[in-house]
Amino acid sequence: MRSEFAVELRDVVKQFVTPEGNLLNAVDHVTMQIKNGEFFSMLGSSGCGKTTSLRMIAGFEWPTAGEVYIEGKPMGHTPPFQRKVNTVFQNYALFQHMTVYQNVAFGLEMEGADKSEIEKRVKRALEMVQLTGMERRKPRQLSGGQQQRVAVARALVKLPDVLLLDEPLGALDLKLRKEMQLELKALQKEVGITFIYVTHDQEEALTMSDRIAVMSKGKVMQMGTPVEIYERPANKFVADFIGESNFLDGKIKSISADEASVFVPALNAELSGVPMSKDLVNGEEVVISIRPEKIRIVEYDDGKEGIFRAKIINSIYIGSDTHVYLDCNGVRLKVMEQNRISRLDPFSFYHKDQQVGVYLMPENTLVLKKEA
Amino acid sequence: MNPYRRHPFIRVATVLVYLFLYTPIVVLVLYAFNASRTNILFEGFIPSFGPLQTSGSLVTQSPCGPFHWFCELSRNREVGAAARNTLTIAFISTLTSTVIGTMAALALQRYNFRMKPFSQIFLYIPIVIPEIVMGIGILTLFSQLFGVLNSALGLAGDSRLSLGLGTVIVSHIAFSVPFVTLVVQARLQGFDKSYEEAAMDLGANELVTFWRVTFPMILPGVLSGALLAFTLSLDDFVITFFTTGPGATTLPIYVYGLLRRIITPQVNALSTIWIAIVLTAVILLQRLQNREA
Repeated sequence: MRSEFAVELRDVVKQFVTPEGNLLNAVDHVTMQIKNGEFFSMLGSSGCGKTTSLRMIAGFEWPTAGEVYIEGKPMGHTPPFQRKVNTVFQNYALFQHMTVYQNVAFGLEMEGADKSEIEKRVKRALEMVQLTGMERRKPRQLSGGQQQRVAVARALVKLPDVLLLDEPLGALDLKLRKEMQLELKALQKEVGITFIYVTHDQEEALTMSDRIAVMSKGKVMQMGTPVEIYERPANKFVADFIGESNFLDGKIKSISADEASVFVPALNAELSGVPMSKDLVNGEEVVISIRPEKIRIVEYDDGKEGIFRAKIINSIYIGSDTHVYLDCNGVRLKVMEQNRISRLDPFSFYHKDQQVGVYLMPENTLVLKKEA
Repeated sequence: MNPYRRHPFIRVATVLVYLFLYTPIVVLVLYAFNASRTNILFEGFIPSFGPLQTSGSLVTQSPCGPFHWFCELSRNREVGAAARNTLTIAFISTLTSTVIGTMAALALQRYNFRMKPFSQIFLYIPIVIPEIVMGIGILTLFSQLFGVLNSALGLAGDSRLSLGLGTVIVSHIAFSVPFVTLVVQARLQGFDKSYEEAAMDLGANELVTFWRVTFPMILPGVLSGALLAFTLSLDDFVITFFTTGPGATTLPIYVYGLLRRIITPQVNALSTIWIAIVLTAVILLQRLQNREA
């Protein structure tokens, strides 16, 4: 019987000795459950522990404490060649002295598959990544995108329980990267294999993943679907790391089920009906997070609920959007407006020191715990 | 104006350098065809083929014509034995030092250990200390060791341990290992461990990973290390001089011995063949390095 989880990390710690001789928890008590057939991403900046976590699943590193389970079985010190997972490496790690065919066939040879079986499966794998006809080329005769596909084919041909991908698109240019994102996602749907994907690119993670673990300093900051992570970040770190956020200090005045009323001194107003996480208490000093695209710039109308007076600091045209920086009672706010109307002078609407109103809808804001 | 315009002096200097380097070699090769037995002056080539005829110190006709001295050399039993010794020593010491040196290079690249900086420095020392010091050191070691062993084991007469082919081979291995290690290490600089991880990830155990992935990838480096060890061993005079014994004369030692008696053109013929062999090895080495780059 298959276990519910393809991969499970239970309270995993990985300790390294830094060059200065200090101990560092590269992975710090991480617990994760990755379901079968899921496209799961670990997202974070460099040094957050995502690659180390992946390498512990692959078997290249062993946890200092805790345990990695694959298909419900504790891995202990099982070497990589006895785990039913395969890896697509960041630099592809294609064997330069072998042809494309030999590269893809390598893993099947190791299983002891017979020649006709190998031939059949290699052919299928190369079809899947659209590299038919390239069998006899050497890796260095291929473009970056093609090499990347060979790396994927070489890992997938083994039909692993889990495919691990370590920033596999990092070396490609933007356009090709976007194409490959969609291709990889489609491929994952097609083969139904669990993908664990490591990236520092939030857009990539949001585009491809069923679920994302946002990591920082060896810890998981939040785990959830792309929508959950963007719309309901669990803490200030995630709100800041994924997308952009404006932060305003405030104090909780009253609490109902999952909403709060918060007094914001900068606005000299109370926002009511603001969504909040569970671990907040009445009277607590908090932070309000507002996404720049969720603020609307309107004409200032004194006394109208939810509209606050602001002054334009700067307006930057970036093609699809205009980024507007505002001063609202000494608080700097960033607003993103889509340029939905074609006009040649995008600055005509806003000019420096112009008095406007900003409309903050409470349901578009979020109360977060204030961090030390 | 191109600041890198070639000054005519550069050409002159280049020609001078090559003249300086190669004139002795050209003269040496030329004298291998000398008609004069004493080989003090070049008296022209041996003009004709036929039964051996001499006039004074000049050879005027030989079955081998101008290649007279090469033919003489091929009939020389001592040279044959010396050549055999030299090649035996070179092959065994190259093979052994390449295996040891490659393993050392892999270990130095792969692992971090407390003595690593020292291991690295101690690799350079045998390369930079004068060969004669190494030679005396090895000789002292062997004679002390053999003295102790011979008396401890009660060996006497022919069964006594003494200097010979074995000691030369051991000393050649000793001075070749650092060279091989450094050459292979230089090649390993760009070798990413992810290739090995990929192989293991695909189901290869450590041994299969080494033979199917690591070894083929570092092979050019290993081969250049081996060729270097081979030419060093062929060439070596000083250390061999100290560690050789009866029946283990190598070509350099033999030539030195000949020179002390008379300078016959046979020595030049031998040197010519030798240069040809070393030149071939160097060209091969160059080819390998270019293919890799």
